[in-house]
Amino acid sequence: MNDLPLWAAIPVTLLLLFGSALALIGSIGLVNLRSFYARVHAPTLGTTLGIGSILLASMLYFSVLRTRFVLHELLMAVFIVLSTPVTLMLLTRAALYRDQREGSSEVPAVLPSDPPEKEVP
Amino acid sequence: MRRLLPYPAMAVAMLLLWLLLNDGVSVGGVLLGGALALAGCAVLAALRLPRAHLRRIAILPGLLRDVAIEVARSNNAVARLILRPPRERTHQPGFVRIPLDMRSPYGLAALACILTATPGTVWVDYDSSDGTMLLHVLDLIDREEWVRIVKDRWERRLMEVFE
Amino acid sequence: MSATLLSGAVLIAQILLVLAMACAAWRVLRGPRAQDRVLALDALYVNAAMLLLVFGIRSGSTHYFEAALLIALLGFVATAALSKFLMRGEVIE
Repeated sequence: MNDLPLWAAIPVTLLLLFGSALALIGSIGLVNLRSFYARVHAPTLGTTLGIGSILLASMLYFSVLRTRFVLHELLMAVFIVLSTPVTLMLLTRAALYRDQREGSSEVPAVLPSDPPEKEVP
Repeated sequence: MRRLLPYPAMAVAMLLLWLLLNDGVSVGGVLLGGALALAGCAVLAALRLPRAHLRRIAILPGLLRDVAIEVARSNNAVARLILRPPRERTHQPGFVRIPLDMRSPYGLAALACILTATPGTVWVDYDSSDGTMLLHVLDLIDREEWVRIVKDRWERRLMEVFE
Repeated sequence: MSATLLSGAVLIAQILLVLAMACAAWRVLRGPRAQDRVLALDALYVNAAMLLLVFGIRSGSTHYFEAALLIALLGFVATAALSKFLMRGEVIE
């Protein structure tokens, strides 16, 4: 990592530090938020701007280093953008379903229109 | 033509993804990627997905820009909330049930992705019988406000595109 | 000048990401419920993918990128399957 001009090294440095700091803050949120439903929001920091800025840093670094456009990081960005909401939705729904079955007071009760007990295996 | 290439835009997108994965354009890469894109579209056609009717594509760039701004803004808000010492944390997490007018499955999927990708809000559930969705908000101060935000900021504009 | 700047940034970024993985791992071990562990596991996967990207910058090779992409893919499939399992108690219906 030696022959990178300064005008490229500075943004790469800033993006790397910003992205990893956001990922760390998100994971700290996993540790110190109180309930599961509050913690669900914490990793989103890393999976949106966090990984986004690290991918941008990597794109910039390799494009300048190889003196051609290296764009395959875009692939991972697309994949992360599509997959993170899906996993979070599935997980939150599963957690809600489990809490509702246990009758927890922290979650809204089952609505009459929600699927009744027939889904219980 | 329709039989050979049921989803032209999807085929082009798949070919581009393949070229991105290869990190370069070569004759072999384009041929193999084209074959894979055709095969992938044949699989998609076998799934018999409902067709999406995209209207008013012109407002999509503005929408994407607003999503990016909103994601950056709420990253900042959630990061501040996490770094605050526990005693000073006054946020109230909670669920909101929001009635939606949108029925297009692709519009709903887009809304779900936007809301969940924004830190601080997670789409939890959608009830297709009465068209309401359940949203979890990290800092729920005012329920009416959230209903208004979701409907005015996102749902109305997504309906312009998808319905 | 730019080399010291970059190697410092890469080092700090690696330390921050390892700390992030440690926080996520703590939550995986601590629980208290299965959904907490799955959520933390997902965060662990994403942090590992980011760490590999930073390794790629450090070594100047794009091969790490493919490993990071694979980790992200596997993390997605694993989390989706585990969420499905929490919902119904079985992965495939």
